[in-house]
Amino acid sequence: MPDGPYVPGKFARRPALPMTDLSHIRNFSIIAHIDHGKSTLADRLIQYCGGLADRDMKEQVLDTMDIERERGITIKAQAVRLNYIADDGETYELNLMDTPGHVDFAYEVSRSLAACEGSLLVVDASQGVEAQTLANVYQAIDANHEIIPVLNKVDLPAAEPDRVRAQIEEVIGLDASDAVEISAKTGLNIKEVLEALVTRLPAPKGDPDAPLKALLVDSWYDSYLGVMTLVRVYDGTIKKGQRVRMMQTGAVHPIDRVGVFTPKLTEAKELGPGAIGFVTAAIKTVADCRVGDTLTDDRKPTAQALVGFKPSVPVVFSGLFPVDAADYEHLRDSLNKLRLNDASFSFEAESSAALGFGFRCGFLGLLHLEIIQERLEREFDLDLITTAPSVVYRVKMNSGETKELHNPSDMPDVVRIASIEEPWITATIFVPDDYLGPILSLCTDRRGEQVELTYVGSRAMVVYRLPLNEVVFDFYDRLKSISRGYASFDYQIDEYREGDLVRMSLLVNAEPVDALSMIVHASQAEPRGRALCGRLKDLIPRQLFKIPIQAAIGGKVIARETISAMRKDVTAKCYGGDISRKRKLLDKQKKGKKKMRQFGRVDIPQSAFIEALKMGDA
Amino acid sequence: MSTTGDDAFGLYVHWPFCLSKCPYCDFNSHVSGSVDHGQWRRAMVQELETMAPWVCSQNLVSIFFGGGTPSLMEPDTVAEILSAARQLWSVGPEVEITLEANPTSVEAGRFRGFRDAGVNRVSLGVQALDDDALKFLGRDHSASEAIAAVEIAHACFSRVSFDLIYARPGQTVTDWTRELRQALALAGEHLSLYQLTIEPGTAFHAIHQRGGFAIPDNDEGGALYEATGETLARAGLPAYEISNHARPGAECRHNLVYWRAQDYLGIGPGAHGRLTNTAGQCRALRTHRAPATWLERVERDGHAITEEAAIVPEERLTEVLMMGLRLREGVSRDRLRRETGWTVEALFDPTMLTDLIGAGYIDITDTVLRATPSGRQRLNAVLAALLEALQWPSDAAAE
Repeated sequence: MPDGPYVPGKFARRPALPMTDLSHIRNFSIIAHIDHGKSTLADRLIQYCGGLADRDMKEQVLDTMDIERERGITIKAQAVRLNYIADDGETYELNLMDTPGHVDFAYEVSRSLAACEGSLLVVDASQGVEAQTLANVYQAIDANHEIIPVLNKVDLPAAEPDRVRAQIEEVIGLDASDAVEISAKTGLNIKEVLEALVTRLPAPKGDPDAPLKALLVDSWYDSYLGVMTLVRVYDGTIKKGQRVRMMQTGAVHPIDRVGVFTPKLTEAKELGPGAIGFVTAAIKTVADCRVGDTLTDDRKPTAQALVGFKPSVPVVFSGLFPVDAADYEHLRDSLNKLRLNDASFSFEAESSAALGFGFRCGFLGLLHLEIIQERLEREFDLDLITTAPSVVYRVKMNSGETKELHNPSDMPDVVRIASIEEPWITATIFVPDDYLGPILSLCTDRRGEQVELTYVGSRAMVVYRLPLNEVVFDFYDRLKSISRGYASFDYQIDEYREGDLVRMSLLVNAEPVDALSMIVHASQAEPRGRALCGRLKDLIPRQLFKIPIQAAIGGKVIARETISAMRKDVTAKCYGGDISRKRKLLDKQKKGKKKMRQFGRVDIPQSAFIEALKMGDA
Repeated sequence: MSTTGDDAFGLYVHWPFCLSKCPYCDFNSHVSGSVDHGQWRRAMVQELETMAPWVCSQNLVSIFFGGGTPSLMEPDTVAEILSAARQLWSVGPEVEITLEANPTSVEAGRFRGFRDAGVNRVSLGVQALDDDALKFLGRDHSASEAIAAVEIAHACFSRVSFDLIYARPGQTVTDWTRELRQALALAGEHLSLYQLTIEPGTAFHAIHQRGGFAIPDNDEGGALYEATGETLARAGLPAYEISNHARPGAECRHNLVYWRAQDYLGIGPGAHGRLTNTAGQCRALRTHRAPATWLERVERDGHAITEEAAIVPEERLTEVLMMGLRLREGVSRDRLRRETGWTVEALFDPTMLTDLIGAGYIDITDTVLRATPSGRQRLNAVLAALLEALQWPSDAAAE
């Protein structure tokens, strides 16, 4: 009897699964550019293997779990066990590790890939190779994966499987002659994909009798079961009651439960070599589980821990402030709750003259920022102001000390600074020929250095080194609008380089507005200052006095706008009958003013900050 | 007793009925098929007699019949109310007695009757000298009918004023100054020129909300206001208040009572009053707005007051500033000291005063605090700034 989808805390009613022999296990990931059909293919595979009854089969089963996770469980990398009866008559255990595709989560992708021996590389047969395809496939190659190219959407009239096959060989250098041509939508050749997994991927290696050695791939908080950890077993077995030690932290926990996802939670007697599944133990918070840690038997530990991963580090920082100051505590509670499931973002209290009390938060990238922001707004019903994202600068002081700068407001006095370094990235952009010119000038404008420019048919692949702070500013939005959405983009963090970086302050009526100060390259300061001044000029309503708006570096003003005084603001009629009402109106107006942020004589409605902080339309 | 003394007070009589409701009007006006004039006359006189003893001053300077459309009153009603007033106070020829009138031929026919009843000044709701604009404003008279009514008024009364509404949709400065010149040719000593504002609860509000028409924006409105001031000053009728222009000495005495924050007694439905008692405490009064209820209450209780509240000194100061700064003459230092015990310099945060003076919005002389023409043009914001900068009463005193 097939099971329903994963519901937190709910187990399938069936006997615990036995351990599968190594030779009958295949662990794989699916890597694809967004919209190339990864989720649909996963659905078809689950459906074909009877993982879900038709009545439970919704579109994008694994993405449906995405919504579940927004309700309190986070499974960033998901594992589904499929049972497939192959042409050779044997039943195979196929473990599908679903991975996020976006660059912000490249780190999680690499973790998921590390738990598998092979990948399905899904490429849209009409679109061809895109930036994310490339970024992810290189990670799979690095993880020593056997890669099976899959050409999806071959049923579409625009499909050009031969061209795309050639492109895969040319761009990626992968033999695509036996790529499987499928249509995940219609279900065409799904069985061929499953057969390819069985015949072309290697079985995992491992010794069931050796001491336990398992990789902690991910962990999340399930509201019923507490902290769950996703593990890949390499040697030995893991079972209920066993005392397991986390080798990095040294913590020891007795295992409560062992199981797999089919995709419904299903208990297993034990997990042996090659298996991917979950374990629960009395672990308090997700932060106690270090991703990449090695789990071993406390009584019979392994001598050698697995290589593991570097911890993920936030690279983009932004201030989150409640629109309503009364929501500050609620915001703090909500951030704490989110962090239960996502240890990859950080936050600390911050206060701003412009925006009041809030938090400085660190994210893996812009998408991560957006996701957290959206979840706070949707799930916790918060109205937030998000300040312009900033990267982490390394400030070398004259004293020899190096400071990490997460917030432009914290920039030390320039006279004490020897130099400032900023993070650079290597960006890969795929773009149709027609848009290449403007994309190249965008990269150049953003201080980019061209590394590579190659043509693949009518598409160009451009590799640039770019400063990350230019990318978080508005690069992605500009890229999308210039190429009308046709360019694809991916990046990886490269190195820190010294740069001519300055802090640009924004002054309204000669008073600095902390929330709008930013660190920019000296060459970009003037145009950016001018754009910001111009935008504020339109956003701040005219007032009684004229208001200078200035962008300045240190004491030097580099851009200036003036909001002229309102030309007229007077009630035409005011007689005996109006006095009480108008006086009350004045009192009300006076109270309303308290909701605005005051800069000297200037009242700035919060909406003006929110608009000014919106990126991408500078 | 002087007419400008602070013991001056006015009497306001509210006639709530109109033949039709104008789409811009948010006054207490009602369209009623039949009005029992005899009953209303008795009730008006009754309410006046009930409230009169509450007035401490004897210095009546003005009586004003407003509405609604008081030119729909029977001249006898006006005569009886005035005669009742004469029993109560001394009403010499220097007392201004104004009646608001619609410039239709029917009402113009009664001007002589109003004059004979004692009215010595009329204020006509001409509103526009353009037939399309009159139609837009929902008026039931044509431009030529209005012009004829103004001429009849001149023949009957020595003091004639009329109102115009400007900053109408699409109206340019050129259009408006042309209309103003026409108005000046017709005008006597006084003109009230109001920028069209969209008041909540009016028909215009609903239409404007759904985008039915657009009124001039801040810049255009400012330009129209400036052009109005310049044109009228050149014609010898400078603005003595935001929207009111008169030859020197011909200012509306009644409205000055409001702007100078002096006392007034209001009778009729929805009429407001401000009365200061012998202890110097000011009270706000209001009668019931609904004509039928008002009538019933007056017949039962002798008055229809539904609201009565003491005005605390802070509120009184706000009123003094809010009204007084509308006037070119401003608010006297003496008045401010009398209300607060403080000097102007002590009342407000000095840096705000410096800024307001520096920007050319206010002016402080040996005798007055006043808004300049440029400050009056932005009075709402100037007022807000002043009230924000108010240091009186100090926190210590307020405890």
